[in-house]
Formats: sequence, structure tokens, C-alpha cells
Amino acid sequence: MAIIGPNGAGKTVLLKALLGLLPYQGKVRWSPGVRLGYVPQKIAADRQMPIRVRDLLAAKADVLKLHPDSVDAVAAMVDLRKEVLRSGIGVISGGQFQKALIAFALLGEPTVLLFDEPAASLDELAEEKVYEVVERLQRERHLTVLLVSHDLSIVYRAANKVLCVSKDIVCFGAPREVLTPATLEAMYSAPPQFFLHRHGEEPAQASKASEHD
Amino acid sequence: MTEAGTVYSVILAFLFAVAAGLVGSFALMKRMILAADVISHVALPGLGLAFLWHFNPLLGGGATLFLGTLLIWRLQKNETFSTEVSIGVVFAGSVAIGAALTPKEDLVDAFFGTFEQISGLTFLLGVLAVALIVYFIFRYKSALILNLFSPELAAATGIRVNRLNLFFLLTFSLTVLIGLRFMGALLAGALIIIPAATGRRLANSIGIFLLASSLASVLAVGIGFLVTAYVFRSLSIAPAIVMVSALLFCLSLIRPKT
Repeated sequence: MAIIGPNGAGKTVLLKALLGLLPYQGKVRWSPGVRLGYVPQKIAADRQMPIRVRDLLAAKADVLKLHPDSVDAVAAMVDLRKEVLRSGIGVISGGQFQKALIAFALLGEPTVLLFDEPAASLDELAEEKVYEVVERLQRERHLTVLLVSHDLSIVYRAANKVLCVSKDIVCFGAPREVLTPATLEAMYSAPPQFFLHRHGEEPAQASKASEHD
Repeated sequence: MTEAGTVYSVILAFLFAVAAGLVGSFALMKRMILAADVISHVALPGLGLAFLWHFNPLLGGGATLFLGTLLIWRLQKNETFSTEVSIGVVFAGSVAIGAALTPKEDLVDAFFGTFEQISGLTFLLGVLAVALIVYFIFRYKSALILNLFSPELAAATGIRVNRLNLFFLLTFSLTVLIGLRFMGALLAGALIIIPAATGRRLANSIGIFLLASSLASVLAVGIGFLVTAYVFRSLSIAPAIVMVSALLFCLSLIRPKT
């Protein structure tokens, strides 16, 4: 499921409330035995800290009392190479850092993963790799994924449900039904300028979203 | 008291050094150098009262240290008010109150420490305190690392972040308390911070960092004792230790940063 909405609409707050990191009114009901993994939007981490990627993963494994081998297992799941594990958290690239965070979230075998803009601040190639990992996890491990994203193309591609959050409207449903130009316009209070690329068509014929059904 | 009191005192100084290195490493990563200084200075009013009314300085210092710790903990939780501002106020305020309360002849001892023999009981309590500190650091090492990296992720992992912060501050204060008498309120914090800075220069993994900080701290105390015993006999022990510590830090700068 994807969660979209303009800046300041409360997407991150929603995730944090779901995680119990913020006080909230109302009720959050998870199915019994649910285990949550969380990949935050940005980490204000001091990248100068003398902590290697492996130290960080091992620390979580230790807190959760997991077998030390689980660190290598989650690293393999997201294709984190051995030399990255040995590197300090401050010297690896943004893409690798994001993968490390996903590996971190995967420790403890979560059944639900909460992603807060996992590809923000990544270049396109790194972004694509992160989404590949997310989609693969969804497919192979049957994880439920809650994804906050600004990127409508990934919402179309990876989500079967979408929740829109904004000051004025809240909508919920399948992306192609819910994400009409009218909703998007109401949500962002400005007509979205994006193009929907349909496979099998010439790129030049890609239709503007507002012309699409 | 006998020779044993001196031996106890020296041994406890070395144990303090180990604790200071470990605690300092985490304090450095937590970026609480300022808070660290405040915590040690907050002991001053208590020391002053103890000198004034002739009771055990550790009791007085310990009492105000504890209050100061709770204060810093509260300030850390309160994100709306700038911690630096409140720290600045508390810091200067406690030095002033301490200076006003402490009888003039005891002022130097309270500020810069004094080397004295200690009783078997004080020694035993000191050893116990160091054991507690070392236990805490190693028992909660992983939780502390996660909390350093991201309090949010630590909380999402199920760590009670607020409680952990309080425990860490209490551990920190306990470390200061052990060093309070022989290092003085102004310099007790220095042996927690400077060796950690040295260790940081030399390490790029957490294990090496803890080890290097503790070694730098123990080395500073050792060399400090030797220098005051054999070279500069009129020099007080605490300034000697802190100067050696600073010198070690300068030496660590020679190594290109990794």
C-alpha cells in the first residue's frame, strides 16, 4: 500500500503513530503477532560516528537477541556487500546507506515494513535499485509494505492500494481508481504535471495524465 | 591512615580512568560534552556546603550531582527550549554558588582536586561503582549504539529511550563522583572527555574506540602520577593528569584521520 500526499500533510506522522513513536488519539489495530520494520525518511545520524554498518546491524540483532548470523542474512537480502558491511556508516554512498537501513528494518523478520520515502535524496539509478529491493521483498517474502512516496510512478507500479492524505481530502483505493486528476488536483491544490507511460506505445505518444481515463 | 590508604587511592584513580574512558566514548558520540561539563560543575555547590559544614565532600557533591543530572535529563527531553542556553545558565550559576559557599582555603581543592588517602570503605564503594559503570556500558552497549544512531529507530526497536538516557546520565554522574575528590569539580569532566577525543582520533570501529579511550585515560593517569612523583613534585595531580591527557590528544592529531 502506498501513502501519498503533499508535504506537511502528515504522512510521516501517520507512520510514526502506527509505530507508536508518537502519542495519538484513536486506535491503531494490528493483527496479532505482527512485527514491524521501519525505514525512516531521513536519519539525522552523525555520520562521523566510528560505527561500521556491521556494528549497527549487530547492535540491533543483539538488542532483539537474534542469532549473529541474521546480520549476514539480511545483508544478503538487500545485496549489501561484505566490504560495505565493513565500512563506516559515514563513508558509504546514499544508496548503500538506504540499503543498510532496509537491512536494519529487516532484522527480526518483520511481517510489515513501513517505508518513509525510501528513495528520497537518491539519484535515479540508486532509487531504482532501492525499489527493486522493496518489490523483491514484497514478492518473495510476502511482506506487507506501507510506502510513503512522492513518486507516482512507483505508486502505480508497486502498490495495489493507495491512501491519499492531505488537509482537504482523504481517499483510499486502487491507484488507478483513486488517483484521478481531480483528486490529485484537490490534494496538491495544483494540477499535477506528470505523464503516464504505457508499455507498447511509442514514447512520443505517452499521454498526459489528464487525458488518460 | 596508613600506606594502604595511598595505594587504595592510586588504584581507584586507575579504575576511574577506565570508567571515564568508556563513559566518555559514548558521551562524545552523544555530543554531550557541554552537558558533561555542567554535570561535573554542578557538584561545586554541594562540595562547598560540605566544606562549610564539615561533612563528607562526596556526600555533598553527590547530592547536587544527582540533582544536576535530573535537571539535564529534563532539559534533554524538553525540545522547545534550547538546551545550550539552560546549560550555560546552570553551569555558570553552580560555579558561582560553589565559589561563594566554599571557604577560601578549600576553594582550590574543590576546584582542582587533591590527592588524599582513602579509607577501605571508600575504596570498596569506589570499586563497586566502577564495576557498576563497566557493567552498564557493556550490558547496554548495543542499545546505546542504536540510540546514538537514531533515537527513533531505537524506540521502534523497542528500546525505552528515555529511560536509557537517564541511566546513561546517572552512569556519567557516578563516574564524575568517583573522580571528584582527586580531580576536582572543574577537571573531573576533563578526564571523561579528552581521552575519548583521543580514542576517537585513533578508532574507526566502536570496539577499538572504547579500548583506545580507556587506554588513553589510564595512560594519562599513570604518566600524571609519575610526573608529579618524580619530576614536578609541587604540581597537583589533577592538572598534571589533564595536561598529559591533552598532550596525548595532540599526539593523536599527528595520525592522519581515518
